[in-house]
Amino acid sequence: MASSAAGSVEAVFREDRGRLLAILAARLGDLDLAEEVASEAIEIALRRWPVDGVPDQPLGWLVATARRKAIDRIRRDRPYAARLAELQVEADRVVAPLEIFAGDDLPDERLQLFFTCCHPALPFEAQTALTLRFLAGLSTPEVAQAFLVPVPTMAQRIVRAKRKIRDARIPFRVPTGPELTHRLPAVLRVVYLIFSEGYAASAGDEMLRVHLSDEAIRLARILHRLMPGQREVGALLSLLILTDARRPSRVDAEGVPISLEDQDRSRWDHQLIAEGRQLLTEALDRRAGLYAIQAAIAALHTEATDLDSTDWPQIVALYDMLLARAASPVVALNRAIAIAMRDGPEAGLALLDGLTAGEQLRGYHPLPAARAELLRKLDRNREAIAAYQQALDIADNESGRTYLARRLRDLTQVRQHEGGALAKPVLDRARRLTRGQA
Amino acid sequence: MQYILQIIGFTDAEFAEGEGPTAQEFIAWQQAMVGAGVVAGGGFLGDYQLATSVQVSREGEQVITNGPFPESREYLGGWTIVDVQDLDAALQWATSCPGAKYGRVEVRPVMG
Repeated sequence: MASSAAGSVEAVFREDRGRLLAILAARLGDLDLAEEVASEAIEIALRRWPVDGVPDQPLGWLVATARRKAIDRIRRDRPYAARLAELQVEADRVVAPLEIFAGDDLPDERLQLFFTCCHPALPFEAQTALTLRFLAGLSTPEVAQAFLVPVPTMAQRIVRAKRKIRDARIPFRVPTGPELTHRLPAVLRVVYLIFSEGYAASAGDEMLRVHLSDEAIRLARILHRLMPGQREVGALLSLLILTDARRPSRVDAEGVPISLEDQDRSRWDHQLIAEGRQLLTEALDRRAGLYAIQAAIAALHTEATDLDSTDWPQIVALYDMLLARAASPVVALNRAIAIAMRDGPEAGLALLDGLTAGEQLRGYHPLPAARAELLRKLDRNREAIAAYQQALDIADNESGRTYLARRLRDLTQVRQHEGGALAKPVLDRARRLTRGQA
Repeated sequence: MQYILQIIGFTDAEFAEGEGPTAQEFIAWQQAMVGAGVVAGGGFLGDYQLATSVQVSREGEQVITNGPFPESREYLGGWTIVDVQDLDAALQWATSCPGAKYGRVEVRPVMG
């Protein structure tokens, strides 16, 4: 009994911690105090609920308990009370500072907290950290681990950001009108990058990481629920869901990526695909936003039964739209790959060579990896081997390196079989890198 | 809460005839802020080339030099202190500052 109560306690916190914090922060105007009393309320719940049972309205219970703790704190600490009173007076609030309602009509004030955490006055790294900490409910060590930085560094980053929110008085409010149009992309970008970080796992061992992709989808769902009228929010959710639907077949049992060509498409999550497409239909209008265009590309991939039957002309057209709206060398790289699928490897290779000559993608291993792939298709194996090696030299992700090493090994074996002259160091290196993988 | 809006110009920004912020634009901006009742102080400064810097060495010796440091790219052109509800309100006033199009406006809380 006790353990199942503890389990539901965890589940409630997971879902409600963000809401609890948002309600408290908005009412108290102070994130530190909100966090402190929220933690105290959760501690009490962890002690009491396994014994007394989970209350009917867990969130209401938590808010009421945190509110009592805030009153205690304010009574105990006069300077604190004075500062809060000053905040209230200056902010011209109509609501009394601690008039926090309980019951099932608790407002969802997480949107305000989103806009505070993703305020452009905060450094970008702090925006993602605060969003994960306060809205996804991750602990500081979890956030640190997710971004592969030492815990004290992450703690410091969060403390500095909270200090700026307090001292520069970054408000807890949802912007309106043209200000909303300016500010919303920053919120969406944070969620998108949390997803990408989880999806691509830019460095380190993927198995140990918190599932950032899941967190990002959860955050996008909250945003979509709170801002149903904003098409780009729905488009972002659609993009994340359609991308995530391909997760089951993206990596093999050892966590090594499988190329799109070799993925078992029957393992894609078709329920998610249906949901993502429905969201995209709702999000599309005459002037599609950047996320809607990307979601449309993802949707086209999910519609095809294999690589060859994919609607590459349409995908190229969508990449053209993306490039026209927001030029980026990474988008240009993806477009080149789509061109190779539409017009043949030579056409793609010519574009990739242009990108290689530019400096912007220096150190970005997907570029030489894509070149290697096209060279291999053209049976220019010696050049393909050199390109795979180049990609291996700069890839910093372990599973990505293993993938490249395997491709390299397959190619070197082909060449050996053909009796081609092979540099021994290349072969040795490929063997070394794939040891235990074969 | 009070914020200082520091209007910062770039020394290497060269304006063609008829470009750049005009005095009338700055006056209109000031009047809008006064009208909204948010101004708590401010001033426009003389040309940065009129500046003289004073430093005192560790030995207590006064060192007077001409102008700001030659390598500095930015100069303070003027400032306004606004008394508003929060950072977003201060940022709105900074956005409507004519100087923001040509240099930048740095917004910082006044701590007391």
